[in-house]
Amino acid sequence: MTNDMAVLDVAGISKRFGDLQVLSDISFTVTRGETVCVLGPSGSGKSTLLRCINWLERPDAGQIYLNGDRIGINNGGVVMSDRELSRVRTRIGMVFQHFALWPHLTVLQNLMEAPVQVQRRPAAEVREEAMALLAKVGLSDKADVFPARLSGGQKQRVGIARALAMKPDVLLFDEPTSALDPELVGEVLLVMRELAREGRTMVIVTHEMGFARDAATRILFMDRGRVVETGPPERFFVSPDTERARQFIQRYAAG
Amino acid sequence: MIRDFAIVWSERDLLLSGLGNTTILSVLSAIAGLVIAFVLTPALMSKRRWLALTVRVFVDGMRCVPFLLFAYIVYYGLPSFGIRLDNWSSGLVALTVYHAAYLAEILRGAWVAQPREPIEAGVAFGFSGPRLFRRIILPPLLLAAGPVIGNQMIQIVKDSAFLTIIALPELTHAASSIQSRHYVPFAAFITAVFLYWGLCLVIEAGVSGIDRLASARR
Repeated sequence: MTNDMAVLDVAGISKRFGDLQVLSDISFTVTRGETVCVLGPSGSGKSTLLRCINWLERPDAGQIYLNGDRIGINNGGVVMSDRELSRVRTRIGMVFQHFALWPHLTVLQNLMEAPVQVQRRPAAEVREEAMALLAKVGLSDKADVFPARLSGGQKQRVGIARALAMKPDVLLFDEPTSALDPELVGEVLLVMRELAREGRTMVIVTHEMGFARDAATRILFMDRGRVVETGPPERFFVSPDTERARQFIQRYAAG
Repeated sequence: MIRDFAIVWSERDLLLSGLGNTTILSVLSAIAGLVIAFVLTPALMSKRRWLALTVRVFVDGMRCVPFLLFAYIVYYGLPSFGIRLDNWSSGLVALTVYHAAYLAEILRGAWVAQPREPIEAGVAFGFSGPRLFRRIILPPLLLAAGPVIGNQMIQIVKDSAFLTIIALPELTHAASSIQSRHYVPFAAFITAVFLYWGLCLVIEAGVSGIDRLASARR
């Protein structure tokens, strides 16, 4: 059974690559308006978890529900066709570590591409919304520029606006600031904080402890493919339940 | 020598119609070859092994056959199987199919060199199948491979000269008619060479246009 308020319900996801068990029996729910930060050492399976949610990676076991709809398996109980999967994926926004903007399209076209081509929404309406989103991330003046002319921080803000243009039910962030020069991290986190304040439903894989501490509604701490601990940031950062979490926080606090 | 060129000049209508036919042949084959390549390339990259392997055999086969021999097979060989094409159809089919294989391989190479993430973003944003290829994957490939594709276009123009052997009235055919009619080999052939060169300059201008588009996006 799925929780009524749950936007995203992940139940018992496992994934292995060859001999390596990347995810073991991961379960959690994300309710509307939550900002869940997924923390954990490198190689703990955080990115793979995100990629399993929208089936960029196919999980070996477990179920994922988006607003009550099963992802990846259709009503007949068989694996969805690419076309069926595509329809579900339009409801999940994704922000990539290396931005992954489409290089042949301008900033505005990047925002409009999927809403117009995939969701088949009217171009004029999408354009208006896209311009509003660019204003929101502070890039109105870059609408007609190609991504190659932007700084990393600007690219990632476009990446976020592009995901928002789909009007998704949930936003997934895969280490959105890890590829940025340190002085550009702030402008991206600022946009993400604003989204958290607005009550967007988000799952964010990050190494930004300060951001997780004051923007997250809940922390999901992973280690070696398992969820080791979950709880509100006040408790997680001050008095974690597990020794592994304590060590992790100490290592990061030490810099 | 001046007199020889005067003779060629007097036959300019023949040469120009040859040039026109060479242009038509090359343009049609280039367009059709690219369209076929747009189908072959995703097949080469397909996760379905049998599909990728079948197309791979075709592409490698074409790349190892001399074009002249392939044109012979299409024109003289296919009638043995009941497929009888006139010289224009044979010429077009031969040029198109042969170069589609090269173009497919060029696009595949460019695809492999592309970063994976923008394509993955396309999938994550709901693109799949032909739409993913057409909207997300293909445009950067064409921009990246522009100069190499231009090179292949030049190759198409030059290979079209072989079609003189199946009596297609293209530029080389025209030049050799003039030389046999008036016995002015040097003047006739060198004039044809310059006309081919002119065609290549047009192609190169097109390539540098594409390159300008590409550099704004790099």
